[in-house]
Amino acid sequence: MKDKNIDIRYDHNLEEQKKSKLEIEMKRGKKEVFNLDQLKSGGYIRQRQKDLFTVRLRCPGGRVPVEKLKKIAEAASKYSKRDYVHISVRQSIEIPYVDYKDFSQLSDELGEVGQKIASCGPRVRVPTACSGCEYNPNGLVDVQKLCQEIDQKYFGIQCNHKFKISLSGCPIDCFRTNEMDLGFQGAVEPIWDEDTCTGCRICGYACREGAITNDVQTGKPVIDRSKCLYCADCIRACPANSWKEGRKGLVVRVGGRHGRHPMNGAVIAVFLPEEKMGKVIEKVLEWYNKEGKDKGRVRIGDILRDKWTGFVDFIKPVLGDCAVKNPKKPEYIKIHSFQTGWML
Amino acid sequence: MEEKRPAANLDLRGVICPVNFVKTKLKLEEMNIGEILEVLIDTGEPIANVPRSIKEEGHKIIKVEKIDSHFRLLIEKV
Repeated sequence: MKDKNIDIRYDHNLEEQKKSKLEIEMKRGKKEVFNLDQLKSGGYIRQRQKDLFTVRLRCPGGRVPVEKLKKIAEAASKYSKRDYVHISVRQSIEIPYVDYKDFSQLSDELGEVGQKIASCGPRVRVPTACSGCEYNPNGLVDVQKLCQEIDQKYFGIQCNHKFKISLSGCPIDCFRTNEMDLGFQGAVEPIWDEDTCTGCRICGYACREGAITNDVQTGKPVIDRSKCLYCADCIRACPANSWKEGRKGLVVRVGGRHGRHPMNGAVIAVFLPEEKMGKVIEKVLEWYNKEGKDKGRVRIGDILRDKWTGFVDFIKPVLGDCAVKNPKKPEYIKIHSFQTGWML
Repeated sequence: MEEKRPAANLDLRGVICPVNFVKTKLKLEEMNIGEILEVLIDTGEPIANVPRSIKEEGHKIIKVEKIDSHFRLLIEKV
């Protein structure tokens, strides 16, 4: 229950990281020092309500084992002053209305089932992902597996600003990889085998991009590669298995973001093999931390717009054959069209 | 190669997605392995979706024929 004897005054200098410690005076005359920097990195988010915080849990890819879910529910009913949890836009469960004095107990109880607390602030955030190819019929890549890998290796790494990674299993891109600091999206290149093709024309109907046209006489397909999204609809639809998987991998987007002034991430690679994903993350973070030095709270997209050619030269060797030729830098997406005076 | 004789047939012209696939699936469930189902479906969305779903269920589409504005499929139950 809430202790009326403790007074905590929120100090905005903490958010700017000018101060990292806060003295809490208990009316009984005792003083305690709270390290709020640590609290912030730990995913405890201050609420409007005095003394109360939202505790953000670490749920990579939105996948929450049932055992953990039970414990979360139990802990929420014990420590939250409300009767619900909130699902964040990045797939994590948040327990609102938690008194800061209950933090350690809450985290210990969740720890019993291995449920960790997430992060906020200037660092690599919990990665998000769709269900991927494991059971979603459209999925092309096992993005859940990759998401867990990212979470284990790169979660919490310090950066200039927040750094969001997301994965989509196919070009429908439900996880909006174009709006992420770094995004990976599954893609498969279709290859046609003339010998087995019966000229049934189903591929032409299955292709939603108008990339496949079937010959009027023979029904045999012609593909316009400039229109192909690499979604594999033709491969799945073909009754004779004449459309086969060619190159398979990830479309890589960098420098995107949402927020007040959203930016469309730049495609830098197509068909990146899954095993190269980690290396790309490491190199992008390395570049961001190097170029961001002394720049303060700035997203990678803004730095990329200034130093695009330098970045392209830096990242090309890592991407190899998958690198996009002459990639275009991230661009602003104007959503507040009434704000005519806003300058870049 | 001689065409296998269908053991059953479904005229799904004018039947929308996914009802056309569901009817196909239910019909196939009644049939014996190796038997052939003849299905008539419309072009457009039905022909884009139904063959894919049949394939994902594990059945085999052995013949596809375009007749005017519809398709005739021969499906072998697997």
